[in-house]
Amino acid sequence: MSGTQQQHHTKQDAPVKKGDEPALKGTFVSVLLLGAFIAISWIGVFVLFIVRN
Amino acid sequence: MKSFDRQDGKLVLAHILFAFGALLLGGIAGMMQGMVRGGASILPDFIGYYELLTAHGVLMALIFTTYFIVGFLYSGVSHTLGGKLLPAARKLGWAGYILMSVGTIIGVAVILAGQATVLYTFYAPMKASPWFYIALALVVIGSWLSGFGMFYQYRQWRKANTGKLSPLFAYMSVVTMLLWQIATIGVAVEVVVQLIPWSFGWVDTVNVVLSRTLFWYFGHPLVYFWLLPAYLCWYVVIPKIIGGRIFSDALARLSFMLFLLFSIPVGFHHQLMEPGISSFWKFLQVVLTFMVIIPSLMTAFSMFATFELFGRSKGAKGLFGWVKVLPWKDVRFFAPFMGMLIFIPAGAGGIINASNQMNAVVHNTLWVTGHFHLTVATSVALTFFGIVYWLIPVVTGRVLTPRMNRLGIIQTLIWCVGMFIMSGSMHTVGLLGSPRRTAYTTYDDHPDAVLWMPYHVAMAVGGVILFIGVVLIISNVIGLLRAPKGETEYPIGEVSESADHTPKYLERWGLWIGIAVALILFAYTIPLIDIIRNSVNAPGVRTW
Amino acid sequence: MHLHRLEKMWLAIGISMLAVFLIVLGTMAFSMGIQPPSEHHHTIDPAKVTETAPFDKPGFQLIGDRHYEAAMVAYAFGYDPATYEVEAGSTVDFTVTSSDVVHGFSIVGTNVNMMIVPGEISHISHTFDKPGTYLILCNEYCGTGHEYMKTTLVVK
Repeated sequence: MSGTQQQHHTKQDAPVKKGDEPALKGTFVSVLLLGAFIAISWIGVFVLFIVRN
Repeated sequence: MKSFDRQDGKLVLAHILFAFGALLLGGIAGMMQGMVRGGASILPDFIGYYELLTAHGVLMALIFTTYFIVGFLYSGVSHTLGGKLLPAARKLGWAGYILMSVGTIIGVAVILAGQATVLYTFYAPMKASPWFYIALALVVIGSWLSGFGMFYQYRQWRKANTGKLSPLFAYMSVVTMLLWQIATIGVAVEVVVQLIPWSFGWVDTVNVVLSRTLFWYFGHPLVYFWLLPAYLCWYVVIPKIIGGRIFSDALARLSFMLFLLFSIPVGFHHQLMEPGISSFWKFLQVVLTFMVIIPSLMTAFSMFATFELFGRSKGAKGLFGWVKVLPWKDVRFFAPFMGMLIFIPAGAGGIINASNQMNAVVHNTLWVTGHFHLTVATSVALTFFGIVYWLIPVVTGRVLTPRMNRLGIIQTLIWCVGMFIMSGSMHTVGLLGSPRRTAYTTYDDHPDAVLWMPYHVAMAVGGVILFIGVVLIISNVIGLLRAPKGETEYPIGEVSESADHTPKYLERWGLWIGIAVALILFAYTIPLIDIIRNSVNAPGVRTW
Repeated sequence: MHLHRLEKMWLAIGISMLAVFLIVLGTMAFSMGIQPPSEHHHTIDPAKVTETAPFDKPGFQLIGDRHYEAAMVAYAFGYDPATYEVEAGSTVDFTVTSSDVVHGFSIVGTNVNMMIVPGEISHISHTFDKPGTYLILCNEYCGTGHEYMKTTLVVK
């Protein structure tokens, strides 16, 4: 019984915001990787442009 | 489950089969080009490299794509807007098909007869036979009729369902054909007003810069005409195929609206290296081009979110647990998914291409060819191939057998391997300076050009593998047509319960078309006036 | 319209990255003069190229210390003048037009890569620091002999 009370206590201590969505962390990391790909490839060709100028 | 309307099924199938016929012919040409450039002189006397290249471009980038798109969109419009096309819509669909097909046959004949060796961009003042330009005009006007049929069906549905949100498939189809309608005005003016009279000899000269500007006003949104139907499949169909939900109807519609606005006033990013357009207007259209990247960034998020939420609903844990539960063995998912994955390097390359002065590194090199073989020939093509495995069963009253599914997976893998080798080599050798649209040469054994040869050989190898892929998809299409009879449901996704409601303003067509037109006028009016006033016309030349 | 918190973050990151690219490109273009080719609009009658200066005498003219003005004509299927020789460290201002169809003018290994359009005059400048025999090729399809269309620039 005290265990359950502890659980309630913990829940009240850390209010869950509506739409506090850890459910899309994998999505976020995936798009960040995509963004990194864009950045790295762009910078690569940019460097080539500068070197050849 | 109500089965797909038989008459509509004939219309859809006619388009799909014509598309694959074009793919086969275009694929033969492509493979031969690759081999020639790789050093194998295999061409018979009656055909040259550039005739093949012209045929390849027209058949793949204009005919395969347009026919598949019109057929696919008609299928969804029929299914979601009442289950059956209205007689007027179906008649317009057939009228469009006939006109486009007459144009295609004339065009291909003229090309193979060596009277239009001008490549699929037909840049003036190279002057082809007038029948080539007439053929193009017929294809474009035919496609307008196809679009009108869809608009009509949509408008009638809206009248009968006032206040209701239109089905997502239909909404996206309307945006796609609207984009096409606005975009093709440019190439229609170029062909009908400038090139046909000039090719007949009724006028002596042509304003070259104007013709190029009108073409690329069309040429950039053309690629979004290809991309949007693939995105439609990813947004609307894939969630159903995997057993998940559409992440957000509102954001899906918003992304399509943003494509309508920003795909068109950006043609100058294909003209960055040419004279006659000021640096200011080039950069302005580069800025607008970068805006059109945003709906793709949104789409990437939506796709991953759809997969992750599906995975979590199946109990997957951790950052990437959802990857394991996706239906990898289902070709209806796997092929479009590979299209999505490959869009990452494809899109990254596109951003580089559009980067103003940086375009000098890649302009007219094989890098560009590598780029569009990733975008249209992989992301879009693999998605279209994936669609076929349910679309043909749906419209013919048959089923997808496990054997056909397996053959589909194999075909997808072969395509990816071939494309990795071919496009990978193209990107690399392009950065080293090897030009696109060029037959076999070593420029008198110049050391730079000799260095390119191993890559050209790799391209030929990739091209042969891809041709095997072409033969396999044709064989699979035939297999699907002969599959056992049965019921196949048209896969239309349902929206996730946690998704936001869709605001009505996304369907206020007058508003959005108005903004699109305003942006086009903003991006093009002053440079066009300058081009018309200050250019010097050139006479036609036949250099082949 | 409601966006998921992480989608808002992603779009903010993505759009910022694009903005950085544009700022870099814009600054280089409008502040440092690193523009796309043919900034200034000059036209010419394509039927009268060989009669119109400087294309009536195509060639390299020394206009300063290791500074050349090269007037060149692109045609199906070559360039006039064919091959030339300059000293390493030379700057060449290329002024090029076409007497027939659209051609390319691409110097392999450099950023010199521009379109030559009949009726228009194309300009670009480049400083050749590295010695070598540079391949100048046409990278815009122009007809049957397109793959033969090239010249060289020797930098000693």
